[in-house]
Amino acid sequence: MSNNKNIKSPVDLAQERPMRVQDVPGKTAAHHAENRMEDGGSNKGSQHQEFSLNDDRRVKVLSPGALVAKRFFRNRLAVLGMIMLIVMFVFSFIGGMISPYGEDEQFYTYTYMDKEYAGVVQNDEVRFTVADGKEFGTLLQAKLKLAMTKKETSFTEKNVKYEVTTHGDDFYSVTADGEPLAVASKDIITSAGEELPYEVKYGALTANAEEKDSFEVDGKKYKIDEEGSILDGDTIVGSIGRFIVQPAQAGTKISNEFKEAVQEAINNGAEEFVLKDEEGNENTYTITYKADSDTYSVIQETKTYVYDRYANPSKAHWLGTDTNGMDMLTRLMYGGRVSLVIGFIVVFLSCSIGVVLGGVSGYFGGWIDNLIMRIVDIFYCIPSMPLVIILGAAMDAMRVDPQIRMLYLMLILGFLGWPSIARLVRGQILSLREQEFMTATEACGISIHRRIFKHLIPNVIPQLIVMCTMSLGSTIITEATLSFLGLGVKFPFASWGNIINDVNNAYVMTHYWFIWIPAGICLLITVLGFNFVGDGLRDAFDPKMKR
Amino acid sequence: MKKFVAKRVALSVVILFCVTFIIYTLMRCLPGSFVENMAMQLSQAPDAKPFEEWLAQLNETYGMDKGIIPGYFVWLSDAIRGDFGESWKYTVPVIQKFNDVIWLSFVMGGISFVLQLLIAIPLGVIASTKQYSRLDYGITAGALIGISLPTFFFATLLKLLFSVKLGWFDLYGLVGRDYAQLDAMGQFLDKAHHLVLPIATLVIVSVGSLMRYTRTNMLEVLNSDYIRTARAKGLSEKKVIYHHAFRNTLIPLVTIIGGSLPSLFAGALITETLYSIPGIGYTSYQAMIAGDIPFSMFYLTFMAVLTLAGNLISDILYAVVDPRVRIA
Repeated sequence: MSNNKNIKSPVDLAQERPMRVQDVPGKTAAHHAENRMEDGGSNKGSQHQEFSLNDDRRVKVLSPGALVAKRFFRNRLAVLGMIMLIVMFVFSFIGGMISPYGEDEQFYTYTYMDKEYAGVVQNDEVRFTVADGKEFGTLLQAKLKLAMTKKETSFTEKNVKYEVTTHGDDFYSVTADGEPLAVASKDIITSAGEELPYEVKYGALTANAEEKDSFEVDGKKYKIDEEGSILDGDTIVGSIGRFIVQPAQAGTKISNEFKEAVQEAINNGAEEFVLKDEEGNENTYTITYKADSDTYSVIQETKTYVYDRYANPSKAHWLGTDTNGMDMLTRLMYGGRVSLVIGFIVVFLSCSIGVVLGGVSGYFGGWIDNLIMRIVDIFYCIPSMPLVIILGAAMDAMRVDPQIRMLYLMLILGFLGWPSIARLVRGQILSLREQEFMTATEACGISIHRRIFKHLIPNVIPQLIVMCTMSLGSTIITEATLSFLGLGVKFPFASWGNIINDVNNAYVMTHYWFIWIPAGICLLITVLGFNFVGDGLRDAFDPKMKR
Repeated sequence: MKKFVAKRVALSVVILFCVTFIIYTLMRCLPGSFVENMAMQLSQAPDAKPFEEWLAQLNETYGMDKGIIPGYFVWLSDAIRGDFGESWKYTVPVIQKFNDVIWLSFVMGGISFVLQLLIAIPLGVIASTKQYSRLDYGITAGALIGISLPTFFFATLLKLLFSVKLGWFDLYGLVGRDYAQLDAMGQFLDKAHHLVLPIATLVIVSVGSLMRYTRTNMLEVLNSDYIRTARAKGLSEKKVIYHHAFRNTLIPLVTIIGGSLPSLFAGALITETLYSIPGIGYTSYQAMIAGDIPFSMFYLTFMAVLTLAGNLISDILYAVVDPRVRIA
């Protein structure tokens, strides 16, 4: 089988017994120092003692652990990897505590937005105002227009004679059989509250055409001020003017004050005016004239309170903010926590299953071994990435809660990862169980459980540590890839993968480097750290690689 | 040897049977969101049957009304005859869709595989001959960086650099905007141009492990007795390394390379998805996301077959290349 090709001979394995290293001249720095002291005279001579050759103190005792550590720390890449890991751990676990912000704390900012508030059109068509309870249909309107252009004073329709009176420029009134029927004018009357009666409108239009500032209807006196407001005593009941002011957005109510202010500004040729709204805030409006449609549009500069999205790096947010207005650096810290914790749990899970099954399989051999190894073969064959993608998509469809989802993710990844560990453990144990110390355990009557887990498994620990370190790295990559695809860790939880997910928006990729590059670098450093350390440990544990 | 191969093949078939059964069970246990969505859509048409009736009808059409075990055997008997059903997402037979997309993945995989070999083996050999030199450290660190680079991050970096900043390549897709107007040669070049970044991503991300493997094996060979003998004979260092040592390194290399041949067909799921290259990986990703059970089933089975074939080939090659491990 291909799986036990790499078994190391048992002799190579680090044994439990402490090993004695003869302090041979020229081999260690300590000895060099000793020599130098000897040569350099005797100011410290009192500390230097001659030991007899078989004195225990001449011999430096190193445990296998210390030997491994010594070899490990001699490997520069491994030390670098360890520093990288320490930095990332401190960053993720302690950084989150130091950071003044929470994982999903959102930040807001004020922005000024120019919103089109209203459009103003100068009316250049006659509009008809019909007397209450009368009808003035389209046909009559057309006839009236014709009469107006021909400057006729009357027209007939269906045996009814209509009289047209010209009151002034663009202001005509129509009477049918002596009764007032309608007025046509380019000036428009807008009622402030209740719809004004026809008579009042008529009076106002007449007054406006004759340039009078007051008129009387039914004995009531109305005034027209210079802005075109129609006043009943002191209350404004309506306005008259040639401008139609329409709100840019449906639902906005345009106040009379606003209309007056706009008209005044347009008449004065002003480009800007300031108006207080109901709450007393001063708003600045800009008027722009569009020549092509002969309209004015009034733009309001509003102050809006919004999420501080994609803010550039600043003192408050060292790496800016993300799409939800959350502090990027803090998200990175929490994301690291999630990624590392998931990595550890997944590896722990697959390691425990793998060690138990591999240990049992290797120790018992025979049909148990055969059965377990076939299960391992089957699991080895299940394509894990596609499977996790399918499960992730299914969880999307079921709308699983993000927290529970994270748990499932760990379980799935852990459950898919154990076969390689089981193979490794089994391979090692197959050769270990034939050794004398195993015969000794049998002779001592130690229980099988203890034999496997106290005497065999500890001998596999070095290989296991190497493998776990390496698979920590690859698990973190898997998790990040899934989160990147949106199938792993989900918002509101941060993970390095789902932080980078933002680049699916090409604009973010090209314009906001601080969103995704730091997350990618964190990911790279962590995984690289695990790989460097794993590599260094492999060399350190393997006495063949001794330099 | 024949007996060994026969035994391995038989075992592989049994494993495949179990794997497909597990996958089938899993797929059936998932909520049939695709079928439900479809039933929902159909039932909303005017004068349509109610949702439940549509659901039942669709389930029947797709063979989802049977229990898991009978359903599996129906699926299996069809699958053995090469009929994997009709893809729900692509609404064509699964095999037809597969034939449309597999060759692109194979070309991509093949090119990147050859490039990987061309880069990894020489660098691995150089690193091992100059063990612990600065070059060795550089190559080892480079290999580890390649292994540690998350594909999606690296691909995005490449896109930012070459597509956005330099504008040399398109961000997505296999063909350019004016593909239809090009002549045959131009179309070929257009496709090749669009494959540069995906292949570069594939090569850089996966070259590391082969490089390390070469280095480790070469180191092992260089420490062996016959190399010492060759040196003692007074052979030139060049001859020792490239004649005696390298040939012996080829044994494990051939095994691992032979074993990874089937995976050339597997398609790079993530890379293809990132660059929207319509190969088997991207196609399956889309199908899996949409809950397209027939296509997902086929893809998972296909992947399992590839894994098994890879293991089988490497085991057989190992026995063929190295007479010492030949199993009677």
